[in-house]
Amino acid sequence: MDFSISQDHQMLADSLRRYFSDKYPIELRNKAGYSAPFHSPEVWTDLAELGVIGAFIDEDHGGFGGTAQDIAVVFEEVGRALCCEPLLGALMGARLLALSGQDQAAEDIVAGTARAAVAIFEPGVVCNLGAISAEARQLGGEWRLFGHKNAIYGGPGADLVLIAAHAGGKIGLFLAQSPDMQAAPMIDGGGIGDLVMDGLPAACICEDASAMIEETLDLARIALCAEANGAMDRLIAMTTDYLKQRQQFGRPLATFQALQHRLVDMVMELEQSKSITIRAVASFGSDDQARHVAMAKNLIGRAGTKISEEAIQLHGGIGMTWEYAGSHYAKRLVMIDHQLGDRHDHAGRLAAMD
Amino acid sequence: MDLEYSAEEIAFRDEVRQFLAENLPLEIAAKVDAGGELEKQDMERWHAILNAKGWLAATWPVEYGGTGWSTVERHIFSEECALHNAPRLVPFGLSMLGPVLIKFGTEEQKREILPRILDGRDWWCQGFSEPGAGSDLASMTTRAVRDGDDYVVNGQKTWTTLGQYANKIFCLVRTGTGGKPQAGISFLNVDLDTPGVEMRPIKLIDGGHEVNEVFFTDARVPAANLVGEENAGWTIAKYLLTHERTNIAGIGFSLKDLERYRRMASAMTRDGRKLSEHPIHAAALAELEADLEALQISNLRMLANARDGAASPIDSSLLKLKGTQLRQDILALMRSARGPDAAFWDESPANTNSDLPPHADHVAPTYFNNRKLSIFGGSNESQRNIVAQTLFR
Repeated sequence: MDFSISQDHQMLADSLRRYFSDKYPIELRNKAGYSAPFHSPEVWTDLAELGVIGAFIDEDHGGFGGTAQDIAVVFEEVGRALCCEPLLGALMGARLLALSGQDQAAEDIVAGTARAAVAIFEPGVVCNLGAISAEARQLGGEWRLFGHKNAIYGGPGADLVLIAAHAGGKIGLFLAQSPDMQAAPMIDGGGIGDLVMDGLPAACICEDASAMIEETLDLARIALCAEANGAMDRLIAMTTDYLKQRQQFGRPLATFQALQHRLVDMVMELEQSKSITIRAVASFGSDDQARHVAMAKNLIGRAGTKISEEAIQLHGGIGMTWEYAGSHYAKRLVMIDHQLGDRHDHAGRLAAMD
Repeated sequence: MDLEYSAEEIAFRDEVRQFLAENLPLEIAAKVDAGGELEKQDMERWHAILNAKGWLAATWPVEYGGTGWSTVERHIFSEECALHNAPRLVPFGLSMLGPVLIKFGTEEQKREILPRILDGRDWWCQGFSEPGAGSDLASMTTRAVRDGDDYVVNGQKTWTTLGQYANKIFCLVRTGTGGKPQAGISFLNVDLDTPGVEMRPIKLIDGGHEVNEVFFTDARVPAANLVGEENAGWTIAKYLLTHERTNIAGIGFSLKDLERYRRMASAMTRDGRKLSEHPIHAAALAELEADLEALQISNLRMLANARDGAASPIDSSLLKLKGTQLRQDILALMRSARGPDAAFWDESPANTNSDLPPHADHVAPTYFNNRKLSIFGGSNESQRNIVAQTLFR
């Protein structure tokens, strides 16, 4: 038994952590993440050069990683720094492009010269791929898409948008170039978009994509769990520091046992979250993948929300302010639960499994 | 045992309902229902409508322009207002300073200030908390030094709710030293246009501007603005903070939010079935309904105790604790119901011309904003201390 990560992974984590701590202050993050284009093109270029996106796919497709562990290492640092660059879209986009044999496009994503986003789910469909209703039709030898895709992470400004739609009795994967979408910031930073398709031209890059989409979704869920772990770790550290420093009634808040115990419960939730992520990473690609990823997403949805709510409460009014970085960590952690199926959705999936 | 209102109370409730149906502007109610932020003129308009009816100062005696209502009538009124999506009344003049002046103010202060609260000429805000004095309010350091007919005030207040709309602020200031920290505090009214007083906005987690910080630099305030005796401010503050807390559980707001949630859940689908039929959501709703049913009875029991002069000092703390937890749980379930669309964010929630897709709304900002419920008005930790100190006395 050995729970340590490899030297290469440690080096990757260290270099990312150094980059974020040197070059990515919270002020830059908040300025970039809450107004168009909802990210920083300079930071994006830096991340590509650091090999962050390359870690998402294997060497055969222009990357140098591609394992669930590679992805978890990157996203834990992303979470610790509260980075709101559109990396989830890059991860899913690069994977799906590589799996569909779109090597040049995948390389462009890895190089940071093109940005990808994926449009799979629809209003009212958050987890069940089979329940989507978008359709692709061939008109005059060209594929045209019809339907409504919602909550496309990193969608605004994306060059390549991969879209799931029914065609010929299967769910295919289609590629559209820079489609117009309704764009907004996410409440926790970063861009999100809705895509209403009424004959949107697109190329079919895979006719039967259900399996690769499900696998990519699970990998993205692992990424979100790792991101949450990094963010929880940082938020707990900030809360601990605050309680040590804040004086009321002539002594630090950290000396009040009722508050100490609440910190202990937060740490316990974080340890559980780290463990279930390790479980899901190890099960990726095995028969247990779906079950362990659903467990992880459920557990971390609960833990992230609880830790956020407690961190705000323990900070008092300061935790409610925009100026305090902790409030943005709290928002991110709560909203991670809303991405790619929440605690209730995954509990439901688990209950329905054999 | 009789859990029902009396015939008179039911008649009163019907009268309130009819008044609200006929007088609450629909566009304001719609804004409240959508969870958007109200503009200053919305709040002023509703204030004026209630004032014209004589229903504005629910807790004041009739001789000062109040309603003279019983505790039960006040409860009925506030619950019906919430159920009809009336704006929450800004409490600083009506529920805080007004009752303080009626109990501690001079005749001149009552004559001068109370009518201006009612007719809306003055908008008061509160200057209690300081950066270093939150739960431990008595450690506050904003200083007022007597100089002739004035006090010279220096220091900083914070979390001043809606101070950006106010023209006056009532403050706790330190006038004495030595002894217990509570002993040297006074209650002082200050015009916000006094030279040396500066208000700065604080942006909150949801991007909204709701609270402010107020800086005092050698601000000269007439000594006549003192309320009560010098160094008696702590007694007045305690009175203000414990006075009239029958609405502290926020029952009306929780009832209304649960109704919104039910409406939402029955209109939404989730992975092929109606959200209202999703077993986990249905079970969560059922538990919240049970909690709220119990809390309504707890609230009525407290009202009856207050009516009978048998109020327990821990009643309001317990109601605040459970009421805020429950409301936060309801708002969390609503956020959760919205799924991935909850992430869409528009910085100005009242803006109806926004770019938000029609299926996105303000559930997430509302959820984050209302984390304040367990922090302000005496944090829930402070409420637990009050209960514990009573239990283990």
